[in-house]
Amino acid sequence: MRVALFVTCLVDGLFPDVGKATVRLLERLGHEVVVPSAQTCCGQMHINTGYAGQAMPVIRNHVEAFEGADVIVAPSGSCAGSVRHQHADVARAHGDATLAEAAAGTAERTYELSEFLVDVLGVTDVGAYFPHRVTYHPTCHSLRVLDVRDRPLRLLRAVEGIDLVELPSAETCCGFGGTFALKNADTSTAMLGDKMSAVLSTKAGVVTAGDSSCLMHIGGGLSRLRSGVRPLHLAQILEQTR
Amino acid sequence: MTTFLGMPAGGGNLTGEPFPKAAREALGNAQLRRNLAKATSTIRAKRANVVGELPDWAQLRAAGAAIKDEVLADLDEHLVRFEEALTSRGTRVHWARDAEEANRIVCDLVRATGTREVIKVKSMATVEIGVNEALAGIGVHAVETDLAELIVQLGDDRSSHILVPAIHRNRAEIREVFRRGMPGVDPGLTDDPRALAEAARKHLRQKFMTVDVAISGANFAVAETGSLVVVESEGNGRMCLTLPRTLISVVGIEKLVPSWRDLEVFLQLLPRSSTGERMNPYTSVWTGPTEGQTSHVVLVDNGRTATLADPDGRAALRCIRCSACLNSCPVYERTGGHAYGSTYPGPIGAVLSPQLTGVDRNPTLPFASSLCGVCYDVCPVAIDIPSMLVHLRERVVSAKRTTPESTAMRALAWAMSDARRWRRLLGLGRFGRVASRHVPLPGWSTARDLPEPPKETFRDWWGSR
Ligand code: SF4
Repeated sequence: MRVALFVTCLVDGLFPDVGKATVRLLERLGHEVVVPSAQTCCGQMHINTGYAGQAMPVIRNHVEAFEGADVIVAPSGSCAGSVRHQHADVARAHGDATLAEAAAGTAERTYELSEFLVDVLGVTDVGAYFPHRVTYHPTCHSLRVLDVRDRPLRLLRAVEGIDLVELPSAETCCGFGGTFALKNADTSTAMLGDKMSAVLSTKAGVVTAGDSSCLMHIGGGLSRLRSGVRPLHLAQILEQTR
Repeated sequence: MTTFLGMPAGGGNLTGEPFPKAAREALGNAQLRRNLAKATSTIRAKRANVVGELPDWAQLRAAGAAIKDEVLADLDEHLVRFEEALTSRGTRVHWARDAEEANRIVCDLVRATGTREVIKVKSMATVEIGVNEALAGIGVHAVETDLAELIVQLGDDRSSHILVPAIHRNRAEIREVFRRGMPGVDPGLTDDPRALAEAARKHLRQKFMTVDVAISGANFAVAETGSLVVVESEGNGRMCLTLPRTLISVVGIEKLVPSWRDLEVFLQLLPRSSTGERMNPYTSVWTGPTEGQTSHVVLVDNGRTATLADPDGRAALRCIRCSACLNSCPVYERTGGHAYGSTYPGPIGAVLSPQLTGVDRNPTLPFASSLCGVCYDVCPVAIDIPSMLVHLRERVVSAKRTTPESTAMRALAWAMSDARRWRRLLGLGRFGRVASRHVPLPGWSTARDLPEPPKETFRDWWGSR
């Protein structure tokens, strides 16, 4: 299959390894990856912070960038969620019905990585090997906006050599929330503290998730604690082979 | 974009303190954090259990939402029908545009009875408009009869939760409140829950037997028959509703349901969502005054019509005040209700309060959420609180002029709407530095390390492949 990668702005600029892992994984599974060069960002940060009007040209750019793609895959539950559940609404609310319709089309063809692997490709065993103790944090937008449910866990369980341990209170928000982490830094930090305690209680060496943004937050906290726990995106685990 | 035309007219018992600041104070209180975490996690588990028992929960929830939407769509007609039904059964109906008007009506009615003391059924509407304070202004003492509300009142405290106003207090603290605030209490009172309940019972019994005027709210109001419904756990409300000779009920206009049949849905949704019980112990329904009683209903707007006029926000009026969203919210769990600085705390408070009072008076509340979405998941009437928060944020932002944030956002949006500009921003390797210089980042680095900016963007790597 020919897959258009929506790499997301955060992965492009700060976590390129996640993008590379996604490419290598999809290619290993026998698919052709294209990266439409006109893409930038989904505009979620603008929308969620109250700047939906400013996000309009960003949304338009995204929709145009992926116009010709059959399937669009993003290594981010949050960005896929924004494309699927916000773009068309924002466009409509700002009076652009044509864009809203085009955005609805893009939304239909957009998948978060674990959804794409399990639902579209029908694989749970991607042939990965990762002999480490790992705990999984289901990020809020994957869980509640996209409803990815246990797909990431099914993929992880199939990884050879992995020691997958359950994260206590896994479904509780880590406190990132985009600009929430800045605007309500104290509350965000308190939420992060509890999430880190949960991670540390598992004695896992790696914490994984389907969103680089939440991992940046959790990982940033764990690094400050000198905890030695590595944050790794789901794609970075699934990419590894023997 | 839809233009918002309604003029909010509500008061809301506001403290005026911005959420982040009030939250910081609350977060520093370890006892509070412990009390809240314990109480909310217990009730979350109970709720999940009893909701899980019902195979048709999703349909019930959809029915609840649909009934409320139907009422809201024709609220004027339902209200007129309700008024007719009430009047025909001998209840006097009063209309109040805002808190001030409602309080004036209540005060006049109370004054006419000549009493110096009234007993109260737990009611959020009366907290919202500040009835107790208004009565105090005319020399009348209002006695809260709900145990948790009484604790808050005796402790000279503010309510921290819509269902359990004293959720932030533990037993030892409650004993202290009683010892200091309850006249004639046994000085040897222990913090055994039974002893505490007994002390409150004695105190209240004397009030029930002697005070002749009561003030209530209503959980539901049935339009077709003019019936009012109060749902409670302790039975103290029922004492207030039946014993006194004058009963004044303060009811928000959104409390209506069209018919008795609709009640069935809500009497299933409410107790399971709020206390995690299959059925609450006391449900009182009264249609007109009981013999020898004079009854009044004050129908309160206080910003509700304005909320109704806003298509993005009106669903907040579906709220049945079950508190499930508070108990599930990770922000509420850590800050408690006082941080919200308004009558309604937690996720529903973050959307309802700014709408009732106008966003300008509550501008930090729509941002007091990480948008994790758990409030929407648990809401028995399916209020999409996260989406409403986002809409309200847009309103807060557009009410302001240029700020450093809006300038940064504009610049970023400009770069992000064109790949060449975006690439220039990233490709120059300046992303990290530019971002940290122009996007307001203080707060991040206090608790979190920033990732090392990579040597090569994904785009560069892809291009060189
Ligand atoms: S918004 Fe929903 S969950 Fe929250 S109190 Fe109201 S009805 Fe309950």
